[in-house]
Amino acid sequence: MKTPLLQVKNLNKKFLVGKGWFQQPSYVHAVHGVNVTVNAGETLGIVGESGCGKSTLGRCILRLIEPTDGEIVFEGQNIRSLQKADMQKLRRDMQMVFQNPFDTLNPKLTIQHILSEPLIAHGIPKRERAAMIEETLEIVGLNKSHLSRYAHEFSGGQRQRIGIARALMLRPKLIIADEPVSALDVSIQSQILNLLQDLQEQFSLTYLFISHDLSVVEHIADRVAVMYLGEVIELAKKEELFQRPMHPYTQTLLSAIPITDPDEKKERIILTGDLPSPSNPPQGCKFHPRCWACMDVCKTETPPFTEADGRLVACHLYTK
Amino acid sequence: MTNVLEVTGLTTTFSRNERAFKVVDNLCLQVKRGESVGIVGESGCGKSVASLSMMRLLSKNGSIAGRIQLNGADLLRYSEKEMQKIRGKEIAMIFQEPMTSLNPVLTIGKQLSEGLEKHEGMNRVQSRQRVLELLTQVGISRANEIYHEYPHRLSGGMRQRVMIAMAIACHPKLLIADEPTTALDVTIQAQILDVMKKIQRELGMSLIMITHDLGVVAETCDRVLVMYAGQVIEAADVRTLLRSPKHPYTMGLIKSTPHNAKGQKRLHSIAGSVPAPDHYPKGCRFAPRCEKVMPVCLEQNPPLLDVDQQSECRCWLYRENRESTAVNG
Repeated sequence: MKTPLLQVKNLNKKFLVGKGWFQQPSYVHAVHGVNVTVNAGETLGIVGESGCGKSTLGRCILRLIEPTDGEIVFEGQNIRSLQKADMQKLRRDMQMVFQNPFDTLNPKLTIQHILSEPLIAHGIPKRERAAMIEETLEIVGLNKSHLSRYAHEFSGGQRQRIGIARALMLRPKLIIADEPVSALDVSIQSQILNLLQDLQEQFSLTYLFISHDLSVVEHIADRVAVMYLGEVIELAKKEELFQRPMHPYTQTLLSAIPITDPDEKKERIILTGDLPSPSNPPQGCKFHPRCWACMDVCKTETPPFTEADGRLVACHLYTK
Repeated sequence: MTNVLEVTGLTTTFSRNERAFKVVDNLCLQVKRGESVGIVGESGCGKSVASLSMMRLLSKNGSIAGRIQLNGADLLRYSEKEMQKIRGKEIAMIFQEPMTSLNPVLTIGKQLSEGLEKHEGMNRVQSRQRVLELLTQVGISRANEIYHEYPHRLSGGMRQRVMIAMAIACHPKLLIADEPTTALDVTIQAQILDVMKKIQRELGMSLIMITHDLGVVAETCDRVLVMYAGQVIEAADVRTLLRSPKHPYTMGLIKSTPHNAKGQKRLHSIAGSVPAPDHYPKGCRFAPRCEKVMPVCLEQNPPLLDVDQQSECRCWLYRENRESTAVNG
């Protein structure tokens, strides 16, 4: 029953950052040749540090940002060739939940208004709207009495529930959640994660779950893709990735999570240096200047993203 | 060992529209020489206000009561001028967002020398020498170049290193770090925590680590206070707190971190949210969210009770302990 709902093939996004009369235009290659498949009903986690292109990838998939090239196949249809109006219709099936519920809810509108907007945009008749809004609001754990209030009257967790209700309004198939719990406190974070899991079961949703927080991804995802400077460098089933990370960067990331168990001592890998500037990435493997397993070949040749031990990884350690 | 800092009954009140809100309520805290104490809590629990109160950096509508003794001298008796001599020299602070705490129009070198010239009376040449040493100490390899750079040219991790260098410039006895790694990525966070631990060891400095992340506490602290709605609800050494938490809130907090839920489908969650300072409930402030709530919890706010040798806890579940100690004592 593994049917791909979404296939991203060789997706690229370049942002123009500098251009002058006598200057070569310079680009930031935010997403670089990304290939991922999301199966119906699963949760694909995308992790990486800030600036690795994970949010840009999410937005490119919905064409909120127009990708430079590559294919996005949703239910067998390449949506990159769709006209604007057709794309608009398709967004009924693909929705997004954003990180900061404080910025993404219009402060001038009541919750009723915020939640009816997607219904109006997709031509749902007025008489059906009220019932749909109430039903969805109850599903996310709020109730009718909240409808006439404004966003500022809610706590962070409640606002994120409203953000989720808005995405859920049209019963989409795919939800791209971009750091949905990063702005929330731990006790509220677990409420929202549980809600997302319940909704997935109830509406057989597919999630693309973008986060920098590895332990959150470990909890919610089925498969995980790790990104570094615009590229996916490792993709594996959650259990495999967390128990036996292959790429040196993934190993570093996992070892860097502070754990709450005082007795669980682990070898910590501490990287030297910062993330290189994405406008001027290193030659060869992009991770080589910070990698402790760096070999000569890494400095010159980009490792291919290929199968090793039945998993996908981009590292010369595993190429023959 | 002697206490570097002794805070007794610290209460910080903010007044607005002729109403007063107790944001920190009766906080007691001792920090020994070379010790790290963590203050943990969710947003709005008063942990940042507590630290700003200790530095006396509150805005005008905030007032502080209680005693804050640094090496025996009460900071609340000092005038603002005298306080300026303490800040940076005796107590230093690192903030969450290094970009907003560094001056964007001054070079790194200039900002770091300022404190040295003011507190230590160094001249330009001496302070430059010292700044370069400091930058190297916090793990910045190109100290000579960074000296002339402006903050916007540095990455988040580098800026936080500069903040640490600035904080330790005058060998403070106590460093207060308010969410020093929250704005950083995990790999950078690991670097910064590593630098902080190294420097604390080298200088024998005491540290107050304010954070919402129990993982960071487990890595860096010896003792922990857990705050909820302005009050300390549990205090213990780090092992005891993480291994056998006493307060239902601490238990819930530890259980709801995804890392501790290995293999479980659903996460443990604490229902509801933190009350605002003007809506604190009558009894225990955690009672409306508590799984183990009893009738007495809704009536009376429990005091901080000794549970055993290791931990103190603000919860009526441990009432018998107090009664038995009362009988024995």
